Amino acid sequence: MSSREGDVQARNTAGAVARRSYGKLVAFLAARTRDVAAAEDALSEAFASALANWPLTGCPSNPEAWLLTVARRKVIDVARRRRSGEIAAAQLQVLAEELGATATDVAKDIEVPDQRLALMFACAHPAIDAGIRAPLILQVVLGLDASMIASAFLMSPTTMGQRLVRAKDKIRQAGIPFRIPEREELPSRLGAVLDAIYAAFAEGWADPGGTDVARRDLPEEALFLGRLVTELLPEEPEALGLLALMLHAEARRRARRNAQGEYVPLAEQDPALWDSQMIDVAEALLLRASALGSIGRYQLEGALQSAHVYRRRTGHANWTAVVQLYDALWALSGSPVVAINRALAIAETEGAGAALCAMQDVAADVRLNEYQPYWAARAELMAKTGAYSEARRAYEIAIGLERDPAVRRFLQRRQLALALSRLQSDII
Amino acid sequence: MQYLLMLYSDESGWSKMSPAEQEQAMGAYHAYTEALNKAGVLAASNRLRPISTATTVRVANGKTQVLNGPYPDTKEQLGGFYLIDVPDLDAAISWAARCPGASHGIVEVRPIWPTQT
Repeated sequence: MSSREGDVQARNTAGAVARRSYGKLVAFLAARTRDVAAAEDALSEAFASALANWPLTGCPSNPEAWLLTVARRKVIDVARRRRSGEIAAAQLQVLAEELGATATDVAKDIEVPDQRLALMFACAHPAIDAGIRAPLILQVVLGLDASMIASAFLMSPTTMGQRLVRAKDKIRQAGIPFRIPEREELPSRLGAVLDAIYAAFAEGWADPGGTDVARRDLPEEALFLGRLVTELLPEEPEALGLLALMLHAEARRRARRNAQGEYVPLAEQDPALWDSQMIDVAEALLLRASALGSIGRYQLEGALQSAHVYRRRTGHANWTAVVQLYDALWALSGSPVVAINRALAIAETEGAGAALCAMQDVAADVRLNEYQPYWAARAELMAKTGAYSEARRAYEIAIGLERDPAVRRFLQRRQLALALSRLQSDII
Repeated sequence: MQYLLMLYSDESGWSKMSPAEQEQAMGAYHAYTEALNKAGVLAASNRLRPISTATTVRVANGKTQVLNGPYPDTKEQLGGFYLIDVPDLDAAISWAARCPGASHGIVEVRPIWPTQT
């Protein structure tokens, strides 16, 4: 084999291992010390060694174990350099013994235990700031770099980097355990993990055209994490519900833009463009979740998607089911966002007037002042009831709040159409 | 790892309680301390006298300033602490949640900086 070929092969193998086992190796390396940053540093050095060595020596039969052994040596080197005194010596002894035990086993096929879920629970621990949980999981479980995560979450790379460092420090210094919580605690703690995964998905979802390179991969990464959780906790209905929700949304990605790159709202999408295979998987997941007999936010949201997709077979969405599901979600969350969507569904079953009444309850919520979908919904409903100047004003606010240019153009077209239809009715 | 559980609460709440209620509250603290002891995690604990007894000292520009009262003057004051030794933050949090102080005030959980000896 030429050195060039060896190089390419080493690079490919290292890349594949990185993708498949980065989080596994970080979790295993940091499980005892809780020092995620040190584990990441050691692992990146190990990957560098792999790229230097594997072209010469050939790829090892168990690349994961090879990387683990090298990374552990690096962890010990660093600990040795940094610390002195008897405590450090005792710690090093433990580490060295551990290393010795595995070093001899490396040639054989040792299986690195999968502690990624425990790592995710540490990252989504209530002691970690909720806003940094999703970025933290993306970094330590998937190995994404801070600048990529920063642009996906619309944050400066410096700020994101600092917040990630602080979060890792907190895990180590506050003694946050790498552990899957006990049964009674699991639902609420799992909720935080699922929320973080969904936040990653939603950030990527905000760029439906896939024009932003950094954001394009996020839904895929979130789906990977979602699948991972369902594999490791196959009996958790909410984990299944989240995966179903994300798959349903992902299935419609292509339909969200027309050939000219313009935004197409759900009601006007062509069901033929939806990914039917993905939808089938999502439906099966929801069915599995419902059999486990414990409802929750993500199952309800997944079921909502399912009620919309109903149109694929019947030509119309199941609006009665949609309203009922939003009722349940509203009772569960009291979220103003849910109230808006519920009102839009009511508009389909009972008309715009009833919808506006339903929205009245949350209209005073200050959080809605800067929430584009609220103003767009209000504009739509106002227009339907003939309150044109109110509708125009609401569109104006919605347009001003939207960050996606395609959606902005869509709203502007709606606003213009409203003005034109009024003009026509005036002439007639 | 060692954690300090710091108990903050509104002191005036205590004086508003009837003697029977005060006795019940003391009993709850006593039982909690016993539970920590039995679990073998208690390193130290103490109750502080009210803030009316507090004095604040600061040395600035070579001058010692002695002020009457606590630092800072807030609605809730540090009223006591437990120093516990448990494996991780989750264990510390679960002990903090059992503390009677968490029900009538706030318990702040802080890891102790280990000293190298």
